[in-house]
Amino acid sequence: MIEIKDLHKSYHMGSNSLHVLKGINFNVKEGELVSIMGSSGSGKSTLLNILGMLDEADEGQYILDGVPIKNLNEKIAAKYRNEFLGFIFQSFNLINYKSALDNVSMPLYYKGVKRKERTEKAMHYLEKVGLAQWSHHLPSELSGGQKQRVAIARALASDPKVLLADEPTGALDTKTSYEVMELIQGINDEGKTILVVTHEDDIAHMTKRIVNLKDGLIIDDSPVEQIRASAHV
Amino acid sequence: MFDLERWQEIFETLSKNKLRTFLTGLSVASGIFILVILLGFSEGIANGVKSQFEQDAANKISVWTGVTTKGYKGLNPGRYIQLKNSSFDAVENGYDDYLEYRTKDYMIWGGTVNYNNETGNYRVRGTMPDNQFIENADMGSGRFISQSDINESKKVAVIGNKIKTDLFKGEDPINENIQVFGMNFKVVGVFYDPGGDREEGQVYIPLTTAQKVFNAGENIRNMAFTVKMADDFDEAVAVSNAIALGVEQKIKEIHTVAPDDVSAVRVHNTLEQAQKFYSLIATIRAVFWFVGIGTIIAGIVGVGNIMLIIVKERTKEIGIRKALGALPMSIVGMILQESVFVTMFSGLFGLIFGLGLLELVGPLIESDFIKYPQVDFNIALSTVFLLVFAGALAGFVPAYRAAMIKPIDALRDE
Repeated sequence: MIEIKDLHKSYHMGSNSLHVLKGINFNVKEGELVSIMGSSGSGKSTLLNILGMLDEADEGQYILDGVPIKNLNEKIAAKYRNEFLGFIFQSFNLINYKSALDNVSMPLYYKGVKRKERTEKAMHYLEKVGLAQWSHHLPSELSGGQKQRVAIARALASDPKVLLADEPTGALDTKTSYEVMELIQGINDEGKTILVVTHEDDIAHMTKRIVNLKDGLIIDDSPVEQIRASAHV
Repeated sequence: MFDLERWQEIFETLSKNKLRTFLTGLSVASGIFILVILLGFSEGIANGVKSQFEQDAANKISVWTGVTTKGYKGLNPGRYIQLKNSSFDAVENGYDDYLEYRTKDYMIWGGTVNYNNETGNYRVRGTMPDNQFIENADMGSGRFISQSDINESKKVAVIGNKIKTDLFKGEDPINENIQVFGMNFKVVGVFYDPGGDREEGQVYIPLTTAQKVFNAGENIRNMAFTVKMADDFDEAVAVSNAIALGVEQKIKEIHTVAPDDVSAVRVHNTLEQAQKFYSLIATIRAVFWFVGIGTIIAGIVGVGNIMLIIVKERTKEIGIRKALGALPMSIVGMILQESVFVTMFSGLFGLIFGLGLLELVGPLIESDFIKYPQVDFNIALSTVFLLVFAGALAGFVPAYRAAMIKPIDALRDE
């Protein structure tokens, strides 16, 4: 599903240049649940941003579902993001004046889905994350865990190939974190490929594979025995 | 632009950001409203001043006399200068080629006029046939004083419409007899005057008759002329000024008045006055336009400013939308369409409100100098479109910049 070869990325700040990714190689197969770990400054967020086409690599190859991702203009990047990727953020990033339902149907709007169908699909995914009865509430009326579940429903709405989660539990307490991870595990069980960036060990061990980054290089990439989040809830 | 889905999205956004929508709308609506009111009143002032000049011919020169204030050639100050038929003849002969209409008047300010049992006090004015055109009098029925009335000193009268209303109570006054100071005069005409009641409360009788019945001999009170109009207004004013000056000098010469005595002989030049007033109106208009355009510019800057704030405030939202697959142009389109809709809607609202107020309040204004305040609808409408266009242009730059923001920057947690 994801193939990455010799990926380099530097940031230039004035005369200093910061080499963040120094040749990353890794592959993700369909249906995997991978966590990317590393201390801050290890380059894990940069890697996720490149995977999410929010940022572009200086060198190297990135092939997503057989499509080489390079020389993207804004238009194509927007199209690929909409078709291939679903994002889950640490701070949820819901649009605060739109109801849960409208937030979830947003990717479908940009996909060009008609309103009626949009609402039906969005409702379906809200049910899936267990928030059907909250569909007309604004994000401000929801708890952190509920917001993240709305965000997950939104990430799923356009039926993307890969879900990218950047510290999805970073803003949540332990109990809520496990609930969210349970949901993510459930979605993975249905066959969705998911990448999770985290710095928390317990969260990482709820995935099936841990990739450890340090100073822009992968220092460790090994499968782990998945701990089911449901055991902790 | 005509995408229904897009409009639904926009209405949703607008209705969920009521304060922002309201403030944007208010700044636009008040700008247009103020412009409409200003333009309306400048038009009203122009109309009012114009109607002041419509009372009489615009190219009128009139001569009045008073008491001398300066001694001259051995004569004492304090002499009353009495115009005579001969003074009039002298002017007429001197400027015959330039003059269009000419009249000499002898009037009694408060003359008792009766018809049957009705009585009133009116100005009784002996005059010449040309005065009809100098006064801009419009014959409602009958005729004005004719040359044969003058020649034969006939006892005929032309009455103003106000007198007809006052004394005749709806009857037809033509060929009826009225009594002026007890003397019978036959009514031969009724006139209207743009000057209104003040002008229509007059009785015109032949000058020769007036001089006889009031024992005035050769005396006249004043004289008035109109100058043949040149096509060019400025040229006409120049000719008119030259004639007015010449007439003043001639009268002063005939009556031995010091050339710098301003109260003994007064020559009133309507055209010169008109020019002054028209340039005043032009100035008022220019000032109002200046203020109006300033208001519009303030409105545009306001819209641009609000757009900047909107974009700033929505940076994160724009990042989210882009991460979810929004095209840069759809972001620009969304912000512009929103702002164009708000400015257009509130601009039209301000326009209608302003026009409505002018329609409502305009007729209630009872001032000689403001009449029928109104605005050319097309001008007002084009200013609305100008505002919308300029507002959109002012909003385009921030909107475009917003669309170019990388989602990663917009989404970065503070």
